[in-house]
Amino acid sequence: MTQNRPWIPYLLILPSVAFLALLFVVPLVQTIWLALSDNGAPSLANAERMVTDINFTRSVRNTFLLTIVVVPVQIAIALAMGTMVSKVGRGRETILWIWTIPLGISDLAAGLVWLSILQNTGYFNSLLFSLGVIGRQASWLSYQTPIALFIAIAVAEIWRGTAIVMVIIVAGLNQVPKEFKEAAEIFGAGPWTRFWRITLPLIRPALQSALILRTVLAFEVFAVVYALGGRNFPVLVGEAYNWQNQNQNYSVAAVYAVLIMIISLAATLIYLKALKVDPERLP
Amino acid sequence: MANIVIDRIRKSFGAFQALKEVSLTINDGEFVSLLGPSGCGKTTLLRIIAGLETSTSGDVRIGDRSIIGLAPKDRGLAMVFQNYAVFPHMTVYENVAFGLRMQKADEARVKAQVEKAAGLLHIEPYLDRYPNKLSGGQRQRVAVARALAVKPKVLLMDEPLSNLDALLRLEMRTELKTVLQSAGTTTIYVTHDQTEAMGLSDRIAVMHNGVVEQVGHPVEIYNHPATRFVGGFIGNPPMNFIKVPVSNGQVAAGEEQLAAPKDVGNEIVLGLRGEAVELAPLPQGLEMKVRVAEPMGSHLLLTGSIHDQPVRVILPASETVKSGDTIGLKLDSKRITWLSPESGRSIPAVSA
Ligand SMILES: Nc1ncnc2c1ncn2[C@@H]1O[C@H](COP(=O)(O)OP(=O)(O)O)[C@@H](O)[C@H]1O
Ligand SMILES: [Mg+2]
Repeated sequence: MTQNRPWIPYLLILPSVAFLALLFVVPLVQTIWLALSDNGAPSLANAERMVTDINFTRSVRNTFLLTIVVVPVQIAIALAMGTMVSKVGRGRETILWIWTIPLGISDLAAGLVWLSILQNTGYFNSLLFSLGVIGRQASWLSYQTPIALFIAIAVAEIWRGTAIVMVIIVAGLNQVPKEFKEAAEIFGAGPWTRFWRITLPLIRPALQSALILRTVLAFEVFAVVYALGGRNFPVLVGEAYNWQNQNQNYSVAAVYAVLIMIISLAATLIYLKALKVDPERLP
Repeated sequence: MANIVIDRIRKSFGAFQALKEVSLTINDGEFVSLLGPSGCGKTTLLRIIAGLETSTSGDVRIGDRSIIGLAPKDRGLAMVFQNYAVFPHMTVYENVAFGLRMQKADEARVKAQVEKAAGLLHIEPYLDRYPNKLSGGQRQRVAVARALAVKPKVLLMDEPLSNLDALLRLEMRTELKTVLQSAGTTTIYVTHDQTEAMGLSDRIAVMHNGVVEQVGHPVEIYNHPATRFVGGFIGNPPMNFIKVPVSNGQVAAGEEQLAAPKDVGNEIVLGLRGEAVELAPLPQGLEMKVRVAEPMGSHLLLTGSIHDQPVRVILPASETVKSGDTIGLKLDSKRITWLSPESGRSIPAVSA
């Protein structure tokens, strides 16, 4: 049918292409121009201003630290959850459903949930107090307790963002026929060997997708950090937000946006290269 | 010694009984097929022997040692899966070497045994390729080589040829027989294809609804089915079953009187292989109305009825019977199976 009218596929994808071009490419070009120009002429003045700001190094370091800690933990937890749930017979759907609840919560709401737990008058302190661990309210989220603050943010991010990784990994695990694991078992592979030598290589595509998605999202972390740490824990997107709203300097905010994009693209490229999925080696 | 004793194995999935007390003994080095229609419990039995499934009750012994409760890897067996289960992310070499690597065999032994198994199955040219690039038949060979490379005492195969096309299946069947004969491994082979089972097996266990209906040599099962089900399932065309009257211990087949087994009622079922007949003139022979005559080249296939009951018989290709003819048949009395009309079980004939 489409052989006679070769333009039909193009016509059908036109709306989405136009939509993306309008709402993505145009702002992207504008942002890049905004970042790399000054009074209408190309300039690195904004970039210089960003780099020399006292919060710049801290925000880069915090964002990377958070990503490096959060993403591997999320992948590990999601793998554990996915493997466990694949052994469950009845009730599997319910368990998956409960595990994916955090998916439906906005990241700001998630931040506020954890704030209510961890703030000075929060549930965590009440619990510790009632157990007699602490004598008076302890502060976890102040600039004087950077490690506690970091851990709190990391935990909140892990809680919030693991579900999506798990969904992708469960989908990947479902694609692996059980005979592969059974064959490995018969030929003498124990549970660990089966996991490392059979399951993990076979879910590589899912793993790659999950890693890319989570890493990109981790570099864009903002609302949870903002809710828990305010400006005590500067991160890249937070800085972009501050330059835009507090300082009303759209150009420096644009440089941050471009920087985040470059980091995300670089991370994606690294994953695509490092976890190369050879179609020849897929089931 | 790797004789296998399957002792009163039962398996239920919820209320459904997939296996109802299955017992079977397989001798060392023997090739036994589990043959039966889809859903009769063959795979379930094989998986219980392999340790991939637990039985509800009963015991399995290999070489007089109970293996129920042992992990699959400690049972000294290898398995070939229906969908091959050849690891896609490993080269053919690594696939064949997998079991040896798990046993931590040294490199020299791995190499020697992989090459031997690969040689047996003619897959040496593909050793450094990935399975995805291979055809179904080649992948099947890899799966068999992987199983043979560990020199298992017992080899389990679950419909290993069913995913191949007809021509390849025939070729692989012959080859499997050659390879396994030289390996001398005790083999349990699951199939729903009777020609495969007939061609390969030392003995066949015919299964039906979770029960072993008959165990025996292929020819014995073919000629002397223990039940109506076995006779109908094995052979192409299947065995004919004709309900005939018994008078004075005799059954009339045209003018000839056949001796019925002792102590039967007024009726008996005569089980007749399609080729255990020859043409005879009418009234002497047993009358058959031919509805369709199909010359097959090697033989002549006749479909019609005897005593108004459907039958199929085979005559030499040289006979000239046409559709619509009425013919007379002389039955080979030695090849008749008598069955009870009530239970469908065979009744021993009176010895001459
Ligand atoms: N895990 C299971 N849960 C429930 N029923 C099963 C399961 N495995 C097999 N069965 C049932 O047991 C019967 C025998 O299955 P199977 O051994 O696979 O038959 P076969 O291999 O002879 O075709 C079938 O009716 C099948 O539906
Ligand atoms: Mg089966």
